[in-house]
Amino acid sequence: MKGAEPAPEYSTDDKAFREQNPMAEFLRMERMPHIWCPGCGIGTVVTCFVEAIKASGYDRDKIAVVSGIGCSGRVAGYVKFDSFHTTHGRAIPFATGLKLANPELKVVVISGDGDLASIGGNHLIHAARRNMDLMVICINNFTYGMTGGQVTPTTPTTANASTTPHGNYETPFSLPFLADASGATFVARWTALHAHNMTQTFGKALKHRGFAFIEVIAPCTTLYQRRNKLGDGLDAMDYYKENADIQHGADTRSVGISFQGDIALGKFVERQKPTFLDAVNDHYMKVLGDSYQLYGKTTAELQKEAEERARLSASKEAEILECGADD
Amino acid sequence: MDGDHALAEGALAAGCRFFAGYPITPSTETAERFAERCPEVGGLFIQMEDEIASITANVGAVWGGQKVMTVTSGPGFSLMMETFGLACMMETPMVVADVQRTGPSTGLPTLTAQQDMMQVRWGSHGDYRIIALVPDSPQECFDLTIEAFNLAEIYRVPVFIMTDETVGHMHEKVVIPPAEDIRIVERNWYMGPKEDYRPYDFNGRTAAPMVKAGDGYRFHTTGLTHDERGYPALTPDMNKQVVTHLIEKIESNADKIIRTEEDGIQGADVVVVSYGISSRIAIRAIQQARNAGIKVGMLRLITVWPFCETKIRNLARNVKAIVVPELNYGQVVLEIERCAAGQCRVISVNSCGGAVHDPEEILAAIKEGANQ
Repeated sequence: MKGAEPAPEYSTDDKAFREQNPMAEFLRMERMPHIWCPGCGIGTVVTCFVEAIKASGYDRDKIAVVSGIGCSGRVAGYVKFDSFHTTHGRAIPFATGLKLANPELKVVVISGDGDLASIGGNHLIHAARRNMDLMVICINNFTYGMTGGQVTPTTPTTANASTTPHGNYETPFSLPFLADASGATFVARWTALHAHNMTQTFGKALKHRGFAFIEVIAPCTTLYQRRNKLGDGLDAMDYYKENADIQHGADTRSVGISFQGDIALGKFVERQKPTFLDAVNDHYMKVLGDSYQLYGKTTAELQKEAEERARLSASKEAEILECGADD
Repeated sequence: MDGDHALAEGALAAGCRFFAGYPITPSTETAERFAERCPEVGGLFIQMEDEIASITANVGAVWGGQKVMTVTSGPGFSLMMETFGLACMMETPMVVADVQRTGPSTGLPTLTAQQDMMQVRWGSHGDYRIIALVPDSPQECFDLTIEAFNLAEIYRVPVFIMTDETVGHMHEKVVIPPAEDIRIVERNWYMGPKEDYRPYDFNGRTAAPMVKAGDGYRFHTTGLTHDERGYPALTPDMNKQVVTHLIEKIESNADKIIRTEEDGIQGADVVVVSYGISSRIAIRAIQQARNAGIKVGMLRLITVWPFCETKIRNLARNVKAIVVPELNYGQVVLEIERCAAGQCRVISVNSCGGAVHDPEEILAAIKEGANQ
């Protein structure tokens, strides 16, 4: 074809490619390509998270990301923050120690449904109960991807998995309900299709002081989609689009997910309650007075810093707001 | 002060200001003491939902810059095993005390034992090395906790204090020296240019300097086999480098790490090799044997892991018998038999736990060894 421009050649070890990537500053480009399958929703979540950080005004040196094990557990290895890839189910207690050791950090847990809701379920409810100042993003693809498509505590009833080859006969957790009932002070859910809303919500959760839980429904095309004959990643997007039911402030008792049924989305819960560390310091200051040696900073100091950050980020946020309606 | 409280005081003296724990008999008093003392010293105690969470929060807190400790006993120790592996793999300095009680399973929760001596060495999957110290008194609970923190910082490894219910609940005088008289090894913080920082250096001799989250290094670490940058590197060659380093950084420094205490070994026909509470009981048996004219010495293991192989090997060439009393069905004695390699008789004075030895049992074994 005479005159046709040759297609630009990119390769993963191409320095130019790495530098051109708009997220290069926030990703460990030397580790690309990542391990995720075509059509997987995890990459979208990482992109939205990075966009939210960019807009947040947070010093990126003060952000730490902790993951457990599984496909979503690999997020920590790709983001260019202080990042920790821990053991299966233990991202939340690791993050708890990290946050309490260095309270100036914003600690974000990014992991999957099997990791956070099954093996790590106990830690999830207790961190929520304590209102530990953590942001938890649970990428829920209804399956154990890394081990080959087994049933999880969130797999919808009747859905097929490799360990429920004739369909799932168990009742799944509704994670927003679980988090809410356990004491989380910020609870939201989006799908991998709702990138803009997700980014907005991540931004709000970053500013939230206390336990923020965001569930992101994401496709596992290789295992869940294929085994259940649901098509590819685009078919998943169609399903999310057709069945999205945005209900901000919905009663979390009503947001359970059935197999290929409607998915309630939005920010369900946002309330103020002292964080674990606020409670420690406020309580000891009250009962011990001047003899108490404060751990970390006072609530007032932290509040002041948060306000300062909000001022800094106001302009950056306006750019994002222009791109679409607020969630 | 009892041994459990002395553990907490030792930790505070060593500069530990973070303790995530979970109550379990007979170790709970340590957590209680730490919780009580924290508000006075700017420390933080958090009671987690289980032992898995406590040990994992401690690993997280180390990477947040703290010196950390937790304490547990048998069942809790079993629950912590996976994270000990993570701590070894991430080369995380930390101190864990196991106030041993009788197992298996729930066993005899309030009664003494030394049954976790092999578990501490091999309990987590894979190959690695840890350091384990055994105190025989509340004073040593205090002293060895400080030493454990120092060793943990030098070698970036979990260090275990393998005490037991008897020492844990034993009340004795504990001297806490002035802070300036206590030797504290601070973390080896990295000071070079940010872009050159590597969390790991698999040289098999020393541990790489550390940084903490929030200081702008934006580093990564993982429980996967990793390269010097902490990035996953899933090859047999890389695993060999990592595992060899984890083992060699301890083995090649074993002479510096190992501490033992000797009494009357020169010219002895029989030597009692023991540790912790069993070695204290053995002292009475040794006195009785000496009164009866038997030439008997004592080797007390203060450091059990890494093991004093050379010392046992040399001992075996020069004595008729080694007597090994321990509150288990025979654990450390296996290591002694390996090192003695048939050069002398090795007599195990084992016990299923629950009660300390009757000195008469140890005396009988000494006599048996001497009569050869």
